Formats: sequence, structure tokens, C-alpha cells
Amino acid sequence: MYLLQCSYVLQPHSKEHHHGSFVFLLLISIIFALYVVAAFSLNLAGKKWGNWKTCSFISGCILVAIALSPTMLDYAHHDFRGHMIQHLLLGMLAPVALVLGAPVTLAIRTVPHQASKALSSLLNSTFFHFLSHPVTAFLLNIGGMYALYLTPLYNNLHNSAALHYAVHFHFLAAGYLFTWSIIGPDPAPRRPKLFTRLLVLFLSVAAHAFLSKFMYAYAYPKNSLHSEAEIKEAAKIMYYGGDIIELLIIIAVFTIWYNKKGKPYYSFHKEKKYRAGSCLGVQQHSSAAKG
Amino acid sequence: MTQTAHSTTKDFKRSLWGAVLIGIGIMAGVDEIIFHQVLSWHHFYDRSTPEIGLLTDGLLHAAELIVIVAGFFVLLDLRRSNALHQPKAWAGFFMGAGGFQLFDGLVDHKALKLHQIRYNVPDLLPYDLSWNIAGLIILLIGIICNSKANKNLQATTQTA
Repeated sequence: MYLLQCSYVLQPHSKEHHHGSFVFLLLISIIFALYVVAAFSLNLAGKKWGNWKTCSFISGCILVAIALSPTMLDYAHHDFRGHMIQHLLLGMLAPVALVLGAPVTLAIRTVPHQASKALSSLLNSTFFHFLSHPVTAFLLNIGGMYALYLTPLYNNLHNSAALHYAVHFHFLAAGYLFTWSIIGPDPAPRRPKLFTRLLVLFLSVAAHAFLSKFMYAYAYPKNSLHSEAEIKEAAKIMYYGGDIIELLIIIAVFTIWYNKKGKPYYSFHKEKKYRAGSCLGVQQHSSAAKG
Repeated sequence: MTQTAHSTTKDFKRSLWGAVLIGIGIMAGVDEIIFHQVLSWHHFYDRSTPEIGLLTDGLLHAAELIVIVAGFFVLLDLRRSNALHQPKAWAGFFMGAGGFQLFDGLVDHKALKLHQIRYNVPDLLPYDLSWNIAGLIILLIGIICNSKANKNLQATTQTA
């Protein structure tokens, strides 16, 4: 019975996986190329774009590519530990690297004037404010995780390739949105203040730790093809891996706070620091005053 | 603006509280690393504890991560504007560490009974005693440092 289930589940899938994987890899390569071209053109025009940001974004793209490579997809498909490593890369680590690359800022500075105006007004809109509020992003991110592992959703992944890709996309998108709403190096004049963001981050770290321990203790997801020992190992990877990445997020939040707070004091170095940091003229000032 | 930037007045309160945060975070980290992982006296998860134990454990862990980073950045920020008062900061560090150890020993272990220090030992009392006395000693070191720092301060203000 078990073998039957296995062959039913695994065989029709491996091929589809690879097709989908290449679509994802193509998409991420295009985004990667756009970013590099934009950063290069900005530097060519004499406006500075930090090398650290470019490096960070490139690492983010590489992490996404690793997480969605055919080898990783196969590993994740057979082994719950593989799935968990993939989830950490896709939903947590890659978003941190991508967010710190400040792609929205780069877009605003490089696209034609009208497009950048449209982008700015989108960032200012009530809808975006609601969607990117830390609480909304937290619910989308952590809620998705709870739904995946504590309901039968996880087992259904193996029956539909489309669902599988939708979940991958959700991990990446919700992870990016959450990380962005907390760290946010891009301009967002209506971004909630530091205390609110830290409070939501606190809840998120606790919810992540709780979920991984709960899975460890009660062997969730239930009725999956994975053995209890495998689930326990995966839950540990989720707990410790998540911890390190959350620590990175906390350090990033405080580093940005530290840099912003230092600006008025360091008036002598202001110009230099200002260029090294995210430079957005008036918009940056307004967000700095708020945040 | 420049007055606050280059003033040499120390911020005693923030020096103390920033370091208290670091002390709490470090002690919680020590507990987690040494007792949970290295010695595994108490575990990743003790099956005997209820779900509420798991939840509070998660909250504590989250607070510990944030608090330790926050503390370091508060002190960094003070040092940058030359407002860090080191004796006060050391006092705060020991008070935070000892206070947390004692809190963990009395409230978490005994009042809430989240987990015990060690299982399958004939007598838990020596463990509890050494845990709490160690906490008390660290807390006392902090309090003594603090009163010394305060006395020094009074002396310097009187001579000046």
C-alpha cells in the first residue's frame, strides 16, 4: 500500500517539476539581469548605487535559484528535511538578501519619470499601505505556514503540481513582503514606527519557534509519507535555521535604525554617509523622520 | 543639534538599561545553549509540559533574541555620541543577568513549573539552590557595582 502510494505520488511528478523549475529559473534570471543593468546604468550616469546592495540582491537571486533548482526540488519532494531547507531558503533567507538589495528604490531611480511617479503613488496608496503593513504581512507569512503544516494541505501538494508551485510562490512572496515590512530599506512614507515593527517581529519569531516545536512534538504534518524521525529532524532544521535568519533580520532592523539616528549627529560625514546609504532625496527624509 | 551631538554628559539611565537588556539576553542564551543543548538536562521540548509551556517558551526565546540585539545597539548609539557610562553599564549587565537567572529559577521552574533544571535525579534541591544562589550572587555583584558607580558620581559632582 505504501509503495503503491509512493509510486502514484512520485512518478508523474518528476518531469513536471523540471519544466516548472526552468520557468522559475528563467524568471529569476530576468529579474537578476534587470537589477544588474539598472545598477550599472546608475553608476555609469555618475549617481552612486551601493555595491553592497548589488551583492545582496545577487545573493538573493542565487539563493532562489538554488531553492528552485531541479536537484533541490527532487530532494524536497522525497525528503521532508529537503522541503524544510527549501522553505528556509525560499521563504526566509532569500527574501532578506533581496530586500536588502532595495530593488524598489533602484526601480524608482532608474525607470522613466512617469513610471517612477506611478510607482511612488502606488507605494503611497492606502491599498499598498494595508497590504504591506507588518500585521498583514505577518498573517500572510506565518498563517500560510500554519495552514500548510497543520492542515491536510501539505499532503495535497503531491497531487497537484500547480498547487505545489503556488505554495513555492507564496513562500517567496509572503516572505519578501514580511521582511520588507519589517526591515524596509525602500521609501515608504507611511511605514509604521520602529516599536510596532519590532513587536510584530517578536510575535513572528515566537510563532515560528512554537510551530516548529509543535511539529516536533506531535509529528505534524499528519498522515504524510514521512517517518516521525524525519519530521523531527526537519522541525529542528526549521527551529535553528529560522532562528539564525531571524537574528539577521533583527540585526538589519537595528542597523538601519542606528544609521538613521546617526545622521543628524554626524553632520560632517553626512554627505558621505548619505551617499553610501539609500539616497532618495526628499522621500528618504520624510521616511527617516517618521521611522 | 550640535549641543546634543558633542556634549560630554553621560546618559546614566540608558547606559544601565541598555546593558540590562544585554545581561538578560546573554543569560537566557547561556541557559539555552549550555543546559538545553550541551548538557541536555532539560530539552528542546519536554513532553510533560503542556502546550502553553511551548508557547511561553517561544515568546521567551523571541524576546531574548530581540533584547540582546537591542541592548547592543543602544550601547553602540550611546558610545557614538560619547554618552556611554561604563561603570553603570557593567552594573546593568550583572543586574540583568543575575535578575534573569533568579527569575528563571523562581518563576519559570518553581511557580509556573515550565521545566525543571534536571530530570531523573534523586534530589532536585541542590540544583535549585545552586541555580538560584548563583543568580542571587550575580545580581548582588550588579547592585554593588551600581552603588559604587553612584558614589563615584556623587564624589565627582561634589568636587566639580
